[in-house]
Amino acid sequence: MKTAVIVFPGSNCDQDMYYAIKDGLDEEVDYVWHAETSLDGYDAIMIPGGFSYGDYLRSGAIARFAGIMPAVIKAAKEGKPVLGVCNGFQILLEAGLLPGAMLKNKHLKFICETVNLQVKNNDTQFTKLYNQDEVIRIPIAHGEGNYFCDDETLKELQENNRIVFTYSGENPNGSRADIAGIINEAGNVLGMMPHPERAADALLGSDDGLRLFQSILNHWRESTHAAYTS
Amino acid sequence: MKKVKVFITLKESVLDPQGQAVMQSLHNMDYKAVKDVRIGKYIELQMEDSADVAEQVDTICDQLLANTVIENYRYEVEEEVHS
Repeated sequence: MKTAVIVFPGSNCDQDMYYAIKDGLDEEVDYVWHAETSLDGYDAIMIPGGFSYGDYLRSGAIARFAGIMPAVIKAAKEGKPVLGVCNGFQILLEAGLLPGAMLKNKHLKFICETVNLQVKNNDTQFTKLYNQDEVIRIPIAHGEGNYFCDDETLKELQENNRIVFTYSGENPNGSRADIAGIINEAGNVLGMMPHPERAADALLGSDDGLRLFQSILNHWRESTHAAYTS
Repeated sequence: MKKVKVFITLKESVLDPQGQAVMQSLHNMDYKAVKDVRIGKYIELQMEDSADVAEQVDTICDQLLANTVIENYRYEVEEEVHS
């Protein structure tokens, strides 16, 4: 599996993401600069956390129009796995690949801590290796992770099992329905505020995030194997 | 040239934690008359004259300046006076 980690000016979790793929999965991975225009040849796309363009205007608003974004949208439409973490999630929202928007955290604080997440849907290509409703430990680090959507969108997300992760216990940021991560209708674009790449090695305090990357790899292997044998 | 003044505000249905914090502070300062505070953004654009300035500004706001999931916008177009 060949993975692209998109790098914007102000990305700061790109190296963690790279490390999770390279050392965590032992798979091929490249940094792809935001000014590039093609993602041909990549099997998975990761949009890392950070503060792209200094979070000017709104988090993710300017990154959404970067040169690479048409290629990200194309990859998403083609069904390739696209994972947006933290600022990456914000960019996916701004790009319209996922519904909703981010508000400032309810208590206005930037929160940097490891939280309990509940896996609300383990039947996705990102979460197959988790148990349904399993509680995992993953760090968060954001000032604008207060997920907002209207009632209609929330109902749609709930009815179609598109809420993949929720905060378990105390909701740190005030997000609607305790949402920490959601997936698109087709099931190949996941946005989440918590950082699985920061929990991809026991040395980092938790390796609960590694199974997310392993799930993507397994799914990719199964789908390419199916393609070869069919 | 036209000067376009764009005002971006959070939709009524969206809570504004920043506004709430400022209101709390005003109350602590004894400005009890303040019943609500909503914080928005003000953006000025200088634009070339053209027949479809309003149309262009609508598109610019929808695409980039405002996130219409959570924000509303309105704007005023003024003749730029050169001194």
